[in-house]
Amino acid sequence: MSEKISFTIDGVALEASPGQTILEAADAAGIYIPRLCKMKGLMPFGSCRLCTVLVNGRPQSACTQPAGQNMTVENNTEKLNDYRRSVIEMLFVEGNHYCPFCEKSGNCELQAMAYRFGITAPRYPYMFPDRDVDATHPDVMIDRNRCILCGRCVLTSKAVDGKNVFQFTGRGAHKKISVNSAAGLGGTNLKVIDKAAEVCPVGSIIKKRVGYAVPVGQRKFDARPIGSEIEEEKVK
Amino acid sequence: MSVSAEAQANKTKRVVIEPVTRVEGHGKVTILLDEKDQVQQARLHIVEFRGFERFIQGRPFWEVPVLVQRLCGICPVSHHLAAAKAMDRVVGAGKLTPTAEKIRRLMHYGQMFQSHSLHFFHLVSPDLLFGFDADPAVRNVIGVAKKFPDLAVQAVMMRKYGQEIIKATAGKKIHGTGAIPGGVNKNLSIPERDFFLKDIDQMMEWSRGALKIAKDYTMAHLKDLEPFGTFDSNHLSLVREDGAMDLYHGNLRAIDSAGNKIFDQVDYSDYVRYIGEEVKSWSYMKFPFIRSAGAENGWYRVGPLARINACDFIDTPEADAARKEFMALTAGKPNNISMAYHWARVIEIIHAIEKIRDLLHDADLQGDDLVVSGARCGEGVGLIEAPRGTLFHHYKVNEHDQVVMANLIVSTTNNNEAMNRGVQQVAKHFLSGAKKITEGLLNRVEVVIRAYDPCLSCATHALGQMALSVELYDHQGNLLDTKAR
Repeated sequence: MSEKISFTIDGVALEASPGQTILEAADAAGIYIPRLCKMKGLMPFGSCRLCTVLVNGRPQSACTQPAGQNMTVENNTEKLNDYRRSVIEMLFVEGNHYCPFCEKSGNCELQAMAYRFGITAPRYPYMFPDRDVDATHPDVMIDRNRCILCGRCVLTSKAVDGKNVFQFTGRGAHKKISVNSAAGLGGTNLKVIDKAAEVCPVGSIIKKRVGYAVPVGQRKFDARPIGSEIEEEKVK
Repeated sequence: MSVSAEAQANKTKRVVIEPVTRVEGHGKVTILLDEKDQVQQARLHIVEFRGFERFIQGRPFWEVPVLVQRLCGICPVSHHLAAAKAMDRVVGAGKLTPTAEKIRRLMHYGQMFQSHSLHFFHLVSPDLLFGFDADPAVRNVIGVAKKFPDLAVQAVMMRKYGQEIIKATAGKKIHGTGAIPGGVNKNLSIPERDFFLKDIDQMMEWSRGALKIAKDYTMAHLKDLEPFGTFDSNHLSLVREDGAMDLYHGNLRAIDSAGNKIFDQVDYSDYVRYIGEEVKSWSYMKFPFIRSAGAENGWYRVGPLARINACDFIDTPEADAARKEFMALTAGKPNNISMAYHWARVIEIIHAIEKIRDLLHDADLQGDDLVVSGARCGEGVGLIEAPRGTLFHHYKVNEHDQVVMANLIVSTTNNNEAMNRGVQQVAKHFLSGAKKITEGLLNRVEVVIRAYDPCLSCATHALGQMALSVELYDHQGNLLDTKAR
């Protein structure tokens, strides 16, 4: 491989391989850049904008921007974190997110992100959109109230499962996750074992009849905040 | 509490107590006095509005035990378990594993212990210890803490003990997730068990002390307590197949005021054939009744008093000995004194802590066979004896796993008619002809409501069909004005 690229994040010197994104290089170095849509193994989608960093003073999504020689990246700053809080709060208010009874609670990346950023209430008014539930599939359900339009299911179904179950339809405020059948999810070729059925960061695409099986205290984010698995790499 | 007395043009006077204090939820009482200051009418109004039966429609069935418990923050475990029991039927779990049933029972007895302790010590003891006429600035839980600090500490620690049991079994002290369709999601570890065993003797001792307070108070004030809602009524409760009190599971038994059985050992899945629900225009709360007796005479009481009246025995020795003493007061016949609820409630505190002690010594709690399922069913009914009485949950679920119908008859709803009768009786006895309506007199109205430990927020949950109307009558009963919405 060709020579390493040197750059800094918040003054810390890092090295990246050519083509590696800022986010990938940061992960490898144990520096956490918050994200909701990016998943390991998937092409970056750049939809959630939570990983926005300042590259030489200009905002860029760290999941899509390759690291460049001598870049100066700002990540964990008061201003950027306030933008991130703002994005998280907008995601909460534009859907119907009821953490108190949602089966994804404790395993939800959106909820975990809100906890990490100390969000107790959104600054924006709730929009209470009228969204539906698609329970037509025997083993998997879509609750669109909770969808944050991250695109993981769309990409995973295509790139990993080799299917085309999910797609976005509509634009702007009317954009929503749709399925490749007029009969609903039950009319598609989705199987419960498909990777697309388990990549949702929130409680929008869930496997049926398994909710709450993990007790409170043993859920993914009960013991440690989101991102700590990356930050712990740094300690090692 | 604010009290307002409004003079009407026709010389009737309307007295409003709002909110009713030291109860769960928000309610108000209206009392209509005629020109001679005689009570014409007194009603307990439930002014809260919920809507759970409607907005859980469309939700997946496994979500319901966690969602619907949000009806309440005091005994959410009751709703959690009643819904889980209904969903057990939906997933075809005929009989749970011993570990699952015992963990659920432990959760429930923990709840019974904390909820009853909260009610007896925090909400009611100020009336008993200071008297109904005491200065309201003193007649409250802070007053109790100042004058009876040892008792206040017991109250807090007993409630905490029950709450910790809920946390160990449900995952959280309030609104946990422990019960899932067909079983539970965790067992009780050895360290958790030992944590509770180290304090069990202390809890037993404090419970005995509470029993003595309740019993001695009731016996010493029996004559004074009779005007506080003493009336014949039917009583309804779950009982075990052998007639024992069973707070977690059993069949329905209804008795009349003399103890004759109206029905017995009814499978609660058939409750709709035995229990009807009447709607009245002036309250958000429904009025349930025993169908065979009709809406007029079929109303009944539930809760500690009804459970002790209805059961043949209690299967823990100290609680059963206490029950025998309690029943001796009425020569073995049902006790129809509303204020005896407090004594009955503390007998259940004894029963709950005895059950907790026995369960903690049961190795099944450490089992790891937690969930069962069987043939899927489209409908499920789950009943439980909640702290405040029999709680009904009934759901229908479609082929896509979504709830399409829900009906809840909440414990407090079952006591609706009884509470209203109690309010009327107290108002007529104490307020009619009173030269001055004092705070103490109005507190007596609240005292009878508190006897039932109502949870008013739980009791209002319907949506859509019930309008609220306000009617104004003169002292001759002529309708002067009406407002409806």
